[in-house]
Amino acid sequence: MPMNEPSNNATDYWSKSLNITGLILGIWAFVSLGCGILFRDVLDASAPNIGGAPFGFWMAQQGAIICFLLLLVAYMILMNRLDKSHGYGEEDE
Amino acid sequence: MTQDLWNFLFIGASFALYIGIALKSRAGTTKDYYVAGSGVSPFANGMATAADWMSAATFISMAGGIAASGYDASRFLMGWTGGFVLLTTLVVPYLRKFNKFTVTDFLGDRFYSNVARAVCVVCAIFICMTYIMGQMRGVGLVFSRLFDIEIWAGVLIGAAIVFFYAGLGGMKGITYTQVAQYCVMVFAYTIPAVFISMLLTGNVIPQLGLIGDFTKGDAAPVPLLTKLNELNESLGFSRYTDGSISKLDMFCITAALMCGTAGLPHVIVRFFTVKSVKAVRHSACWTLACIAIIYLTAPAIGAFARTNLMSEIHETRYSETPDWFTNWEDRGLIAWVDKNGDGVMQHSAGSLFADPTKKPMFVGARPEDGPREITNELSNNQNEVYYDKDILVMANPEMAGLSPWVIALVMAGCVAAALSTAAGLLLVLSTSISHDLMKKIVSPNMSDAQEVMWARIASFVFLCVAAYFGINPPSDFVAKTVAFAFGLAASSFFPTILMGIFSKRVNKQGAIAGMVCGIALTLSYIIYFQFIADHNNYVFGISPEGIGFVGMLVNFGVTTLVSRLTPPPPQEIVDMVDEIRIPRNAGVATHE
Repeated sequence: MPMNEPSNNATDYWSKSLNITGLILGIWAFVSLGCGILFRDVLDASAPNIGGAPFGFWMAQQGAIICFLLLLVAYMILMNRLDKSHGYGEEDE
Repeated sequence: MTQDLWNFLFIGASFALYIGIALKSRAGTTKDYYVAGSGVSPFANGMATAADWMSAATFISMAGGIAASGYDASRFLMGWTGGFVLLTTLVVPYLRKFNKFTVTDFLGDRFYSNVARAVCVVCAIFICMTYIMGQMRGVGLVFSRLFDIEIWAGVLIGAAIVFFYAGLGGMKGITYTQVAQYCVMVFAYTIPAVFISMLLTGNVIPQLGLIGDFTKGDAAPVPLLTKLNELNESLGFSRYTDGSISKLDMFCITAALMCGTAGLPHVIVRFFTVKSVKAVRHSACWTLACIAIIYLTAPAIGAFARTNLMSEIHETRYSETPDWFTNWEDRGLIAWVDKNGDGVMQHSAGSLFADPTKKPMFVGARPEDGPREITNELSNNQNEVYYDKDILVMANPEMAGLSPWVIALVMAGCVAAALSTAAGLLLVLSTSISHDLMKKIVSPNMSDAQEVMWARIASFVFLCVAAYFGINPPSDFVAKTVAFAFGLAASSFFPTILMGIFSKRVNKQGAIAGMVCGIALTLSYIIYFQFIADHNNYVFGISPEGIGFVGMLVNFGVTTLVSRLTPPPPQEIVDMVDEIRIPRNAGVATHE
């Protein structure tokens, strides 16, 4: 396919990658700014403790970081799959 | 073997390693110099980015900051890791596909304007300069504490080493030394933590020790954090797991740190060194994994150190203090004044001094039978102890009674953290001059060899300036300007790059107006509250640390509005945006 022509394939690829990005960033904001800051009091009081740590406190100090890492792995897998299905996949690294 | 000998051995060996690597990977072309030939493996780049990212301040002061403020310090933990999610999903894959050497290249081309280019050059230099001064200072401090030399000598040694491998080797030299530095740092950070965790909680994995039980002594095991909260309350501090910063401020600071991280040029350019867009995503996972090992350990070290310190100091007779206490007192980082004259140290909330921002001013060395005398005016509360929070990492191995080689390893880690960040920043500084200013604006016909020469000259000049400010820091300027670096990156680079990629309608007028407004608001707010005002009546309670987030929103708003009112960008720019959204054929980075 010629590079300079915005095709249906390219438009479809872009809208799907926007969906993936939106999903990842939604979870990202929820676990960090949400659980770690905005809803921390509620979670500290009512959610089960993680080991000896209150839930909201733990999310802010360690939980969010673990979620970030999982999110990046998920992003990599989803985007690589999307690349392949639209013929943009690259074999080597 | 004495401690000094171990220190010489470890730091000497690590320096020999860095220089050896630099000699093996000298840069010949601009491509080598700017992006290491774009052939770095994702894993190596991940480690290098992690080393680049973790500065002397993070390494030495972060755990101490967590120990001192408990929950409030979560803003750094989340801000400095969460930024990588933004960076990976919104910024680096597209800039890598764009396939040029610098962030300024992208903004200058996307907004078809040398004015935008010039604004970026100024921002990049300002951000990196404020940062690198702190690194040089860090190297100097570690050396002076270790070898009893003057700070200026330590700064000059550090500057010489950095120039050797960053100035000569460029990105290629930096990348592989940073890989080595990451390895030094990760061992230096985690090994003491493992021992302390075993000592306090019986858990070999320090990251789990934080949520485990406190088992030291004969008492029945209680969760570590419960124990810490009780200790805090009994001495009059607020509970460790409660925060004192307002929710809105906490939100803004964390968001500003996250967005700032995603807009820092020295982090972005690291991802230009891998082969393809796919490799960028892969490398980002490694980067965050490498960073997470240290960032998950930091809150554990913070909690351990706080528990240890309070239970070891409070109600202890001065004549029975452990060795580490008097060692660090000799180096001026701990002080004790017997206010009630009972010979026992009382530690509680509140500052030892009447002016809590002052450091202790000592008279003479420590006498045989008592503490060092200080001349500060004292406060009238119960607290008798002062400690600098930096000792919580540096004295940790001694507090836990670890062998001298572990202490030497921690010192080598501190130096590695400062050098690796300084090198990454120096590269952006020198490229801003040689590539963005000289090649792109002043004399476009320059040859490859001339460009590399300009880069080396620029790194030399910037290092001299940084070393000067490292030796003579303008009062507590460096600490205050950290807010600048992140605030500026969050209100200038991040939103502008983002709209450059995700909107085809944004044009040069919008981008320039947005950057100028975002920076102006952020800068003036920080300058007003840090240097001019003598009160803390922040607007809506948002502190200068968090204003970058507001600056970013302003940038978004102004850019969108101005772009709507002015003509759309030309067709070739729209084509270019379409092109970078598709990951195929990223090829080797170029400046043609």
